[in-house]
Amino acid sequence: MTDLTELTIAEAREGLKNKEFSAVELNKAYIAAMEKKREYNAYVSETPEVALEQAAAADSRYRQGQAGDLDGIPLGIKDLFCTENIRTTACSKILDNFIPPYESTVTAHLKASGATCLGKLNMDEFAMGGSNETSFFGPVKNPWSKDMALVAGGSSGGSAAAVAAGICAAATGTDTGGSIRQPSAYCGVTGIKPSYGRCSRYGIMAFASSLDQAGPIAKDVRDCAILLRTMAGYDPKDSTSVNAAVPDFEKFLGADIKGMKIGIPAEYRVDGLDKEVAAYWDKAAEMLKSRGAEVVEVSLPHTKYALAAYYIIAPAEASSNLARYDGLRYGERVNGRHLDDMYINSRSQGFGKEVKRRIMIGTYVLSAGYYDAYYLKAQKVRRLIQQDFQQAFAKCDVILSPTAPTAAFPIGDENMRKDPITMWLNDIYTVAVSLAGLPAMSLPIGLNSAGLPLGMQLIGRYLDEESVFKAAAALEKDAAFKRMK
Amino acid sequence: MSGMIIETANNKWEVICGLEIHCQIISKSKMFSGASTEFGADANEHVSFVDAGMPGMLPTLNKMCVRQAVKTGMGLNAAINKYSEFSRKNYFYADLPQGYQITQFKYPIVGEGKVTIDLVDGSSKDIGIERMHIEQDAGKSIHDMAPDKSFIDLNRAGVGLMEIVTKPDFRAPEEAGEFLRKLRSIVRYLGTCDGNMDEGSMRCDVNVSVRKVGEDGYRTRCEMKNVNSVKFVVQAIENEAKRHVEVYESGGQIAQETRQFDPVSGQTKVMRKKEFAHDYRYFPEPDLPPLILDDAFIEEVKKEMVELPDAKKTRFVNELGLTKYDASVLCENKEIADFFEAASQGRDAKKVANWMMGDFFAMLNEKKIGIEESPVSAENLGKLVDLISQNVISGKIAKDVFVLMVESGENPEKIVEEKGLKQVTDSGAIEAIVEKVIAANPANVEAYRGGKTGLMGWFVGQVMKESQGKANPGVVNSLLKEKLG
Amino acid sequence: MAVDTETVRRIAFLSRLKVEDDKIAATEAEFNKILNWVEQLNEVNTDDVEPLVSVNETSLTLREDEVTDGNKSAAILANAPQKEYGYFVVPKVVE
Repeated sequence: MTDLTELTIAEAREGLKNKEFSAVELNKAYIAAMEKKREYNAYVSETPEVALEQAAAADSRYRQGQAGDLDGIPLGIKDLFCTENIRTTACSKILDNFIPPYESTVTAHLKASGATCLGKLNMDEFAMGGSNETSFFGPVKNPWSKDMALVAGGSSGGSAAAVAAGICAAATGTDTGGSIRQPSAYCGVTGIKPSYGRCSRYGIMAFASSLDQAGPIAKDVRDCAILLRTMAGYDPKDSTSVNAAVPDFEKFLGADIKGMKIGIPAEYRVDGLDKEVAAYWDKAAEMLKSRGAEVVEVSLPHTKYALAAYYIIAPAEASSNLARYDGLRYGERVNGRHLDDMYINSRSQGFGKEVKRRIMIGTYVLSAGYYDAYYLKAQKVRRLIQQDFQQAFAKCDVILSPTAPTAAFPIGDENMRKDPITMWLNDIYTVAVSLAGLPAMSLPIGLNSAGLPLGMQLIGRYLDEESVFKAAAALEKDAAFKRMK
Repeated sequence: MSGMIIETANNKWEVICGLEIHCQIISKSKMFSGASTEFGADANEHVSFVDAGMPGMLPTLNKMCVRQAVKTGMGLNAAINKYSEFSRKNYFYADLPQGYQITQFKYPIVGEGKVTIDLVDGSSKDIGIERMHIEQDAGKSIHDMAPDKSFIDLNRAGVGLMEIVTKPDFRAPEEAGEFLRKLRSIVRYLGTCDGNMDEGSMRCDVNVSVRKVGEDGYRTRCEMKNVNSVKFVVQAIENEAKRHVEVYESGGQIAQETRQFDPVSGQTKVMRKKEFAHDYRYFPEPDLPPLILDDAFIEEVKKEMVELPDAKKTRFVNELGLTKYDASVLCENKEIADFFEAASQGRDAKKVANWMMGDFFAMLNEKKIGIEESPVSAENLGKLVDLISQNVISGKIAKDVFVLMVESGENPEKIVEEKGLKQVTDSGAIEAIVEKVIAANPANVEAYRGGKTGLMGWFVGQVMKESQGKANPGVVNSLLKEKLG
Repeated sequence: MAVDTETVRRIAFLSRLKVEDDKIAATEAEFNKILNWVEQLNEVNTDDVEPLVSVNETSLTLREDEVTDGNKSAAILANAPQKEYGYFVVPKVVE
């Protein structure tokens, strides 16, 4: 019998339907793998008992022929999604023992369609980081690195690593400035950040409300399509969720892309772009072209300001969103002489360095006298970035770019430790998309000379995940990327 | 009425005052959650995860709060803004669970308006409304349950508030008092707020400054927060203005500060200065898109508008012939106005008004009850006036009937019938009494005939006494005139 | 716009975070470096550009006024570090 953990969701679903194996067997295989591969530090809470109970229930539904879309499929859940009665920490000390009495809408959808929960996945603290090193539980190790020395990326580092290592069938992620796409690229897996508003944010701990968006990280494009269909949908509990029909994304896979216009942004050939990444970028464009797509050059002139705008807007929103973590109603409290002391003690000891840095920057850019110069200016630049994309999409259907300028970098990189901006520069290809709220997928395109995976990003028009899935499915086929064994 | 002038040896100072009034919106559920707004529940019972600021929770706006705000805006003769936005006001406090208050900042739902107040000298004055916005209320901190602890109850957290900001148009403390009474009357008419200052459902912040008569511009103002009765508002303005004058006259300067009004002493004192000033860091609430009202919504609210006190008063004066004073008394409270309209339906409204202003209000005052508890119904009061108009009883007998109505709650016709109080209009019967009186008092008859015509009243009184008050005074008068020659 | 020590202290207090005295200088330097970097936005001409708050520019949907929530104080208080008589408890608030 094949190793069940190597199956994609689509394959596993077939096996379950055909009674080749049971949901309990499938979950047990993943639980065994999860327990064996703890060295990756992908999970911060394991819930095998929950998964097995759900799997047994799934099996009985299969027997009754009433199985849901994802019945018995074992998922890992990023620790930013609140899961009822399962500890949820955002990988922050301040929430070390927080047990939500409620479920996020996205995970509720997944649960309702029968998916099981293997546990909660590691991430950068409150999703602030690009390497998973800001997690209170320590960094995730990239499964592709031979000596456990490389980062898995972030913030959804645990999600990407777990999928790559075969210790969950797929995972949920969230993306604020690249947190699904960049770790997917580093770990050789596929992840999509849908259009802003596709997935409800209800029950997902907020980092930057105007940017946060949930999405799947999976073994391939099809699995992303299957998961996204279940995760997405209008939610009256989230006023920013979009009231638009959710298509069956799977049906777009394998479509003819002849005549599709693929935009290549001239400004994305930045100085820090790795030569091998650049070569793969050209190769990917060629692959699409050989299928009859038309490659056109587009211009995104304000992209170079996207990072600066992002690092004003996201911290500003975060400084406010994280004000509720004060040690009063939940979370870790460190007492003080009076209320302000308690706040200061709890927050100073509960938050890590990067979170504190961003809260303070956010507080500063919103404070009296600086609002116009920083926050308002950044929002105006955000408008220009959105307009750039609108103009580019007048000329093309999807935009192709690398996901990140390099492959995964070492844990504890000295330059990045000393200068936070160096770390932030890894988000250069992903943040502009987030600011514009567009759908974008990262999929593995190949390995570099060091044997590390590289990712390509496909960006679509607002709410046009369809084109992204079409192009991605074609590219995936031609790239023929071999998943980790 | 001219404003309050404080005269000193060398100067004349005028008072400048503006008000900010928080009105709790009448709605079943909270502004951003489905928890009840009902008062008096056990601690933290009317609290949702949203109200408690739990991680990942999102606000959803209550339609009723918007309707009530639009209605109130219309009642303030104010512009309704079809586009408004929510913002976050950031500060830490024990009873503010999110660490920010959702309010409106740059784009409030209601713009400029005006309210006309009537002053004691019979003149009226327009008070400008600067704006009105909607926001959520905070919870409650209880400090006196234990010496070293504070207790937090979030039942009130998230209840909708309307904040009405006036222009600095008040020139005398009594004007502010009159405005508050008027505002209370308007919101009660509209049913948008119950207007109880003592219960905190209407709370007032007072801004006061002074300037020399003839001086342009404004001097530094001081704010007094949460002054909780009309009387205290009047007192606070008066004493704060005097304090400003004293400071200026002794060569000092007024510092812009928030002061606390002490109801016991009637004085204001400065609140403890914080280490750092507040900096609320307002920014657009990213969890809520802009609020856009369409014409249909506004029209719907317009249809629900009731006749407001000013319009009613004008109608009472112009159409029913009431004096301005009577009309304004009868219109201050919607229940009283409704009672009056019911009682005066199809009758001489002036006579009904006289009865209400006289014996009826005296009775309510004496019993210390509201009009809704009155033992005399509007219908019965109207019937009483009918009995007088139809000469069934005299005005004097009517007063006795009214007392019996109060005691029994019966209708006046029944009382008059049962007690045999019907007026005697039969001139034959009255003539006999008149003749009897004339015969019994020859000396006064002579005096009358000798020119002491003032005795007529005495004769009328004698006849009435003899008839036990039942004789029709008109008939008595004319018969006496005839007989006395 | 360079921040000074006083500003760092003020921002820390507004954020309810402690910056130890020996970290003030480093924090100040890092702050200035970051602000200097984001100020590249000043190169962009944004005259007549409307700020973009959210890409979702639809109107707010309104909820019907019904009581659908509450009456679960046990769940509300379940994670509270300190609670008594159904209240959250904190050190005395000093006005």
